Amino acid sequence: MNTSDNSQAMAPRTEDSLSDKTVSLKPSGIRKFFDIVSEMKDAISLGVGEPDFETPWHIRDEGIFSLEKGRTFYTSNSGLKELRVAIADYMKRSQGVDYDPIHEILITVGGSEAIDLMFRAMINAGDEVLIPQPSYVSYEPCAILADAKPVIINLKAENKFRLTPEELESACTEKSKILVLPFPNNPTGSIMTKEDLEALVPIIIKHNLYVLSDEIYGELTYTGKHVSIASLPGMRERTILVNGFSKAYAMTGWRLGYACGPAAIVRQMTKIHQYAIMCAPTTSQYAAVEALNNGDADVEMMRESYNERRRFVLNMLKEMGLPCFEPEGAFYVFPCIAEFGMSAEDFATKLLKEKKVAIVPGTAFGDCGEGYLRISYAYSIDNLRKALERLKDFVEELRKNK
Amino acid sequence: MDATDERILSVIEKNSRINTKELAVMLGTEEIDVLNKLQRMEDDGVICGYHTMIDWDKTGVDKGTALIEVHVTPQRGQGFDKIAERIYKYPEVESVYLISGGCDLLVTLAGRTFKEVATFVTSKLSTLDTVTGTQTSYVLKKYKDHGTILEKPEEDKREMITP
Repeated sequence: MNTSDNSQAMAPRTEDSLSDKTVSLKPSGIRKFFDIVSEMKDAISLGVGEPDFETPWHIRDEGIFSLEKGRTFYTSNSGLKELRVAIADYMKRSQGVDYDPIHEILITVGGSEAIDLMFRAMINAGDEVLIPQPSYVSYEPCAILADAKPVIINLKAENKFRLTPEELESACTEKSKILVLPFPNNPTGSIMTKEDLEALVPIIIKHNLYVLSDEIYGELTYTGKHVSIASLPGMRERTILVNGFSKAYAMTGWRLGYACGPAAIVRQMTKIHQYAIMCAPTTSQYAAVEALNNGDADVEMMRESYNERRRFVLNMLKEMGLPCFEPEGAFYVFPCIAEFGMSAEDFATKLLKEKKVAIVPGTAFGDCGEGYLRISYAYSIDNLRKALERLKDFVEELRKNK
Repeated sequence: MDATDERILSVIEKNSRINTKELAVMLGTEEIDVLNKLQRMEDDGVICGYHTMIDWDKTGVDKGTALIEVHVTPQRGQGFDKIAERIYKYPEVESVYLISGGCDLLVTLAGRTFKEVATFVTSKLSTLDTVTGTQTSYVLKKYKDHGTILEKPEEDKREMITP
C-alpha cells in the first residue's frame, strides 16, 4: 500500500515537463477540421493534399527488386550516390543548373525534412524568416523551432497570390535572413513566372537574403514550364532548392525528398540530418532512381490528367458563380466565398454538416486565407462532380436565404 | 490525328459513355469540336464501335473464353489472309490475330461453353484444309481485360494527415 501511495506522490506532472516553445506552437488548422471529417463516414472529401494515383508500377517494382536483392542497409548519410547523380542530371536538364552530386545535394525524408534542416542550419536566434501566406503550414512552426522570428507576408488575390517586389521590400528589415518561396503554391495553385522571379532578385540581393525555394509541385504546372529561382543569375549561391518525389511521381508514402544548394549550407544540413535521421529510407532511394531515369512519361500522364480536372473544376465553379482566379500549378483551386458573409471555417463546417462535403477553409494556410476555400482536385472526375454538385446546391441555398 | 484526337481516343477507350460537354471542358475545347472529331474518326474507321465490358462470371450465365493457337500452311499469293478470313467469318470467333512465335494465328472464342468450344475446334477449325494443328486453352478466370482490372475497385486509401 505504501509503495503505491509513494508512487502517487512521486508521479510527475507531465504537462509541466514540456518545452514552452513546442507547447506554444499552434496546432494545425486542418487537424481540427479533419477530426470532424473522420467521424463522418459518408462525407465526400476534396480535402486531401496528395496525389490519388498510385506510384507507377515500374517504380514500385524497382523498390521491390532492391529488397529482393537484399538492399536493406543504410545508405550513406547524404543518400545513394546514384540517386544524387540522377538528381544532378534532372536539375541540369529541367532548370539548367549545375549541382555537384557529392557536396551540393542531400537526400532527405520528404521535402519537409529539408525545410526543417535549412532553417536549423542557417538561423541564429532572432533572425527573421519571410513567409508568404497562404502557404503550406510547416514553414512557420519550423522557423519558430529554429528560434527564428517568422514574418508573414500576406499575398493578395488581385496579384493572383504571387509575391510582388513591393510586398517583399516592405517586409525586409536588417534582421531578414531567409525568404521562403512556396511556388507552385499549396493552397492557392499560384505560380511565379520567370519575370515575376526576376523582379524579386534585386531586393533579395540588396538585403542579402537566402531563399528556401520549395518546388515540390514544380512538375505540376499547366501553362508553361516551372522556372526555379536558382536558375537566375546570382541566385544559385543564395538558394536552397527543395524538391521531392511525392507529388511528381505520386510517391508520398515513400517519404523521399532532397535539397540542392551551396556546399557550405548543405554540409551543415547534412550534419543535422546524420544525427537526427542517419539517412533516408534505402528502398525509397532505389525506387527514386528509377523514377528519375524512366518516369518522365508517368509525370506527363499525371500532369495531363490533373490539367483536365483543373479545367473541369474551374468550369463548375464558374457555373455556380464562385469567383476564382485561374490556378496554374499544383492541384488546388482557391475560390472566394466572401459574398456569404461568414468565415471560411464556418462555411466549411456548415458545408460539411449539411452537404457532407469536406473542403479545407483557406484560413488553415494563414490568416489571409480568410474568405477562401482550398479545393484539391487530386480526385476522380466522378468524385469531383459529385462533391461540386453538392457545393453548388449549398451555395444556391445560401443565396436564396440571404 | 492531333494531340486532342489522341487524348479523346484514350479517354473514350476507357469510358465511351463520357459526357461530350464535360470531355470538351476537360480538354479545354468546345463541345462541337469534340463531336466533330468523334464523327470524323467514326467515318474514318478509327473508332470501330462502342462496346460494353461485361464480367459474365458475375452473372451466372455460362459464357467462357477460349484461346486457340492455330498452325496453318500459308497459301501461295494469299499468305495468311485467306485462311484468317475463313476463320474470322464464324460468328463465334471473337478475334483473330496473326502472331509471331510458336504458332501462326491466335483465335479467341468468346461467350461459349466448354462443349461448344470443343465442337468448334474439332468439327470446324481442325477440318479446314490449311490448318495443320491447334492447341486450345480455356480461360479459367479473367483478372484483367481491355486494360481494366475486373475485381471491385479499391476505395480511396488515403488517410487524413496534417499538415
